[in-house]
Amino acid sequence: MTSSRARLSRRESLTGYAFVAPNLVLLTVFVLVPLVWAVVISFQQTNGFGAGRFIGLDNYARLATDPVFWRSTANTVLFTVIVTPVSMALGLGIAVLLNSVLPARGVFRSIMIVPMAISGVATALIGVLVFDQDTGILDKLLRSIGLPAVNWQSGGTAAFASVLLVTLWWRVGFNMLIYLAGLQAINLELYEAARLDGASGWQRFRYLTVPLVGPSSFFLLILNVVYSFQVFDIVFVMTGGGPENATSVLVTYAYDNGFVTGDQGYAAAIGMFLLALTLLFTLIRWRTSRTRDLVE
Amino acid sequence: MSAPSRSAGSTRSTAHREIPGSDAAHPRSSRRPSRVGYVARLVLAIVISAVILFPLYWMVVVALSSRADLLGGDLRLWPRSFTLDNFERVLSSFPVATWFGNSVAISLVVALISVTVSLLAGYAFAQLRFRGSSWLFLLALSTLMLPVQVIMVPLFRLVSEAHLYGTYWAVILPTAASAFGVFLSRQFILAIPRDLIDAARIDGAGQLQVFTKIVLPLSKPLIAVLFFMSLLQTWNDFAWPLIALKQNELFTLPIGLLYLQGQFGSDYGGTMAFALLNVGPMVVLFLVFQRYFVQGFARSGIR
Repeated sequence: MTSSRARLSRRESLTGYAFVAPNLVLLTVFVLVPLVWAVVISFQQTNGFGAGRFIGLDNYARLATDPVFWRSTANTVLFTVIVTPVSMALGLGIAVLLNSVLPARGVFRSIMIVPMAISGVATALIGVLVFDQDTGILDKLLRSIGLPAVNWQSGGTAAFASVLLVTLWWRVGFNMLIYLAGLQAINLELYEAARLDGASGWQRFRYLTVPLVGPSSFFLLILNVVYSFQVFDIVFVMTGGGPENATSVLVTYAYDNGFVTGDQGYAAAIGMFLLALTLLFTLIRWRTSRTRDLVE
Repeated sequence: MSAPSRSAGSTRSTAHREIPGSDAAHPRSSRRPSRVGYVARLVLAIVISAVILFPLYWMVVVALSSRADLLGGDLRLWPRSFTLDNFERVLSSFPVATWFGNSVAISLVVALISVTVSLLAGYAFAQLRFRGSSWLFLLALSTLMLPVQVIMVPLFRLVSEAHLYGTYWAVILPTAASAFGVFLSRQFILAIPRDLIDAARIDGAGQLQVFTKIVLPLSKPLIAVLFFMSLLQTWNDFAWPLIALKQNELFTLPIGLLYLQGQFGSDYGGTMAFALLNVGPMVVLFLVFQRYFVQGFARSGIR
């Protein structure tokens, strides 16, 4: 009896390993091995795709004095601190709207999430089309209502703003969807009780809705920050980092170094910096969070 | 998998009832719906929808407009005349059919591998006891946080040295394993009662049989969610295919789109006509199978 049970459990663990193997092999070969390799390359001076030469921390030292790197870091951080709160606030606002008494809510919800189905490249090209400063519809609209046209492409700040606006258009639907799911899990009796106690609409939003969608906010915060740190498609296609690095972010700069100028060691070092930034943020967020964790 | 948000055009009468898991009335208006508030909300919803839809509408208009119409300086929100010239120009100058086929093939293969691999691992992590399983699960999950750009340089070398460069596999294999898929599968399969699995085993079913005869039939909604999420992601994927697919005849639609834009420059009519070929199929699929996409995204946010 015992031996057959032991045999069964041994068979079970063998099956377990066999079942997780395909996934783990793929992850190991195509994620973990390259990750270790990236660390190694970041300590090397590379020339094209030949073997590198170890130069210690030189690539990292170079980061410290590279103005384009700092510009890209500042842009990445600025992008993150704007996109994250704004897309979350808009997402929550629209979710509350769509969770209220409204005709054709299903239709409205479908419209809000359509951008989620569109590729980053297509989104960015639609952005280029709309924001083109010579033929774009947006400047034509601005002029037609008596406002001055904006140089969305040649002006640094305007180009950055156009990237932000396109990103928000693309991402708000996702934030809305997560919040809508969170809102629909809230027990309505809480609102009834608050109303009986004389809480105003704003107070109910501020002291009931906002805390009750806390888990969704927590999740979205992490996801939006991680997305923003890694933003690539929209920037790369819309502006390519220009004009004069005004919209350059860490990932586009790393791509330029790795695959345009062929300075792969330096590109790997920028990647490591990005990874460190992501880890640091995640750690701080896990540490300070009092909400439940994502895994269990 | 209960639907956290179901596609429903609920009317006011049903919205007043509290149905768990379905669209519920907003509390603010559940008792005395104020007419002004109702109209204001409707107007706001229409305005937001217009902002979302206008760029897409404009893409279609530009794709169907002649070049001369677009270059005019005056504001026109409706095309003077419709033409298919842009589509003809794009189709005759670029291997569009090949690119479309590449996108379909790569997306389908990635989705199939990803679903299979995620289900197997998800089942093992949820129902099988083996040493180190929770540690391995965390390891798989931790790759969620890793941006592909951190590893793009060595990944490119790996793919080149494995002689995958220049084939579809250069894109397929690195994107096939999905940490999110494993996570979702485990969560779903955890809900299958262990008794059911034990009973089948007592009846003499082997491990593989338990998986195919018990777990898979119960996981149909999960499979649909995993499949559509993977399809959407791969169809729209850009950063890695941009690096891994350098040969023109291997391009997927997003890469082809960027390439075409580089050739066409400010010929927005042609670019938008081609963009429609990239956007159209996925938007239709997304709207038709909305339930599964929405569940996938919403689930990614809940625990």
